[in-house]
Amino acid sequence: MALLQISEPGLSTLPHQHRLAVGIDLGTTNSLVATVRNGISVVLNDENGRAMLPSVVRYLADGSVAVGEAAQAMQSEDAANTIVSVKRFMGRGLKDVGEISRLPYCFADVPSTGSGQDSGMLQLRTVAGVKSPVEVSAEILKVLRSRAEAALGGELVGAVITVPAYFDDAQRQATKDGARLAGLNVLRLLNEPTAAAIAYGLDNAAEGIYAVYDLGGGTFDISILRLSRGVFEVLAANGNSALGGDDFDQRIHCWLLEKNHLSALGPQDTRLLLTHARAAKEQLTEHAEARITAALSNGEVIDNVLTRDEFQSMSQNLVEHTLQPLRRALRDAKLGVADIKGVVMVGGATRMPQVQHAVEEFFGQTPLTNLDPDKVVALGAAIQANLLAGNRSGDEWLLLDVIPLSLGIETMGGLAEKIIPRNSTIPTARAQEFTTYKDGQTAMSIHVVQGERELVSDCRSLAKFELRGIPAMVAGAARIRVTFQVDADGLLNVSAREMGSGVEAAIAVKPSYGLSDGEITRMLQESTQHAQDDMHARALREQQTEAGQLLEAVQHALEQDGGLLDQAERTLIETQMGLLRDTLQLADHLAIKRAATALNDATVSFAQARMDKSVAHVLTGKKIAELGDK
Amino acid sequence: MAITLTENAAKHVQNFIIKRGKGVGLRIGVRTSGCSGMAYKLEFADEVASDDLQFASHGVTLLVDPKSLSYIDGMELDYTREGLNEGFKFNNPNVKNQCGCGESFGV
Repeated sequence: MALLQISEPGLSTLPHQHRLAVGIDLGTTNSLVATVRNGISVVLNDENGRAMLPSVVRYLADGSVAVGEAAQAMQSEDAANTIVSVKRFMGRGLKDVGEISRLPYCFADVPSTGSGQDSGMLQLRTVAGVKSPVEVSAEILKVLRSRAEAALGGELVGAVITVPAYFDDAQRQATKDGARLAGLNVLRLLNEPTAAAIAYGLDNAAEGIYAVYDLGGGTFDISILRLSRGVFEVLAANGNSALGGDDFDQRIHCWLLEKNHLSALGPQDTRLLLTHARAAKEQLTEHAEARITAALSNGEVIDNVLTRDEFQSMSQNLVEHTLQPLRRALRDAKLGVADIKGVVMVGGATRMPQVQHAVEEFFGQTPLTNLDPDKVVALGAAIQANLLAGNRSGDEWLLLDVIPLSLGIETMGGLAEKIIPRNSTIPTARAQEFTTYKDGQTAMSIHVVQGERELVSDCRSLAKFELRGIPAMVAGAARIRVTFQVDADGLLNVSAREMGSGVEAAIAVKPSYGLSDGEITRMLQESTQHAQDDMHARALREQQTEAGQLLEAVQHALEQDGGLLDQAERTLIETQMGLLRDTLQLADHLAIKRAATALNDATVSFAQARMDKSVAHVLTGKKIAELGDK
Repeated sequence: MAITLTENAAKHVQNFIIKRGKGVGLRIGVRTSGCSGMAYKLEFADEVASDDLQFASHGVTLLVDPKSLSYIDGMELDYTREGLNEGFKFNNPNVKNQCGCGESFGV
């Protein structure tokens, strides 16, 4: 018979209607799945009692796929078909992945077709055919899904999947697509640091600022979160995508080579020593020393004792490397160490005492370490999944996330007009009205951009589309409402509607591929560094646009009613127009403004004359009595 | 008249209540639904209702409403593991038939 779980008071589900939901930590090195059972978030183990599934996928010639340990074991023998750390490729093009030549894979760059979710994303040629990172991730997710369904005894209603805080739209979309491919209904994508904070129950804690220090196998991330009114906001994110626990193993490995005067080991011996190095590292967390004995393939036996002190001194600078991004993150957030209310430790490498000491010393407080740092992200995701699946009472409202970079559109002069400012909570929808620039304009190009800078050229282009069929009107008369909608996963829909006629156009933003690691942080940093320049650039473009409009209007008037002017008046206007055209070339918005004002002044009497003429035209042939009736 | 827990089940319940951080015991009941007529209810209890019947088993307080009791009297709750799945199993002597998965039953 079915095995029942304890529900919260009043929330027993009807038979066959249990809403089974899981949280998935889809990691670069390892992945985990967790769920809330009997009111507690727990990680689900496989049949061998292992919680972590190595994020390794191997494609075999017969079309079968191995995932996890089995794939990892063949990593060096069958490197080209064994995909490791696929997360680094999610939503990326070849250009975004730097060190292609150092990777053992055969890449297939797909020319961007502008359609289809994978366009522009790199692909991997394997013995089983060309695979996209989305498909590779789906294989990992499928294994976790079947593990969860076996453990929970039923089909899942959905999953919350965690992504790094710096993941952009393309990377998030790719993650979501991978989940769908694995047959998972994605309830929500959740930022990893936010998930860790939830696991520690910080969403129920007092409002304040928290730091999440995440030192994984191969990556380091630091996030500064602010919790206010149940919303976690990522104030700053920083890190090092090439620093992790593996580097500590490497240090011990080098020490072993040096101690035993070894050089140029084969791949098998290298792997053997790395495995022993890793075991020694883990032993040194609990013990003051670790003994390393191993028999190399040439029969040589090594036997060394590594003390904790030795290990700490050889890895000291690795620990220090994590403190630099920490300082940068705090500086970006304009915060001091004293502002941090709590520190959450994530990632297996944070078990090392020297890491904990360094973090404790840096923040002047003991970091939170009582949850398993390997599992904390998955545990938080499971709590969120349970909430989203509707298994908790209604008074606990959903925790929200925020968008990392502002979203907006390009306006005349290449300016970025922000429609949804950064750090807005999602889901959100905002609309803004725009108008036409020229008389009789019937189409409008909408260019969706992401970033904090004032000029479109400094922001990231997300999508372009056109609104056609706007009825011909004078410039400024059309009312075009542009609506931005961001769903709970941070994915964007943009629509434009001409309010008079109702013509509409819309686009779902699925960017071809994303920003490189840390590029979001770089963009944010630049926006503060360039604030002054940007303001100036914005003022300049605005003046240039206005002046252009003025010149066009005057030119038009001259063509139509030039006859109303005498030669002197005409020369004056034309001189002022020439002056304005010349100043347009200069990067001085005040000069442009002065020249535009001068031109305006010079045309006052002309405008008066035109007005009189059109009034006269309207009145011609009408009787005074008729006018009086109106 | 009594409802009991196996020692193993009691250990798990105590553990869950400690981790949950609150709760006076376990509420067990039945309600009419499911393909075989009745379904079990298994919830954490945060308070005792005035007409609740209380049983103590291996240190855990079990709360049952009087209407439910006649359907589950003499029942023993066990905590078992089946493959990757684990949870509470109801050994109810009153059950005459139950649906394939055992989530609902008839008396």
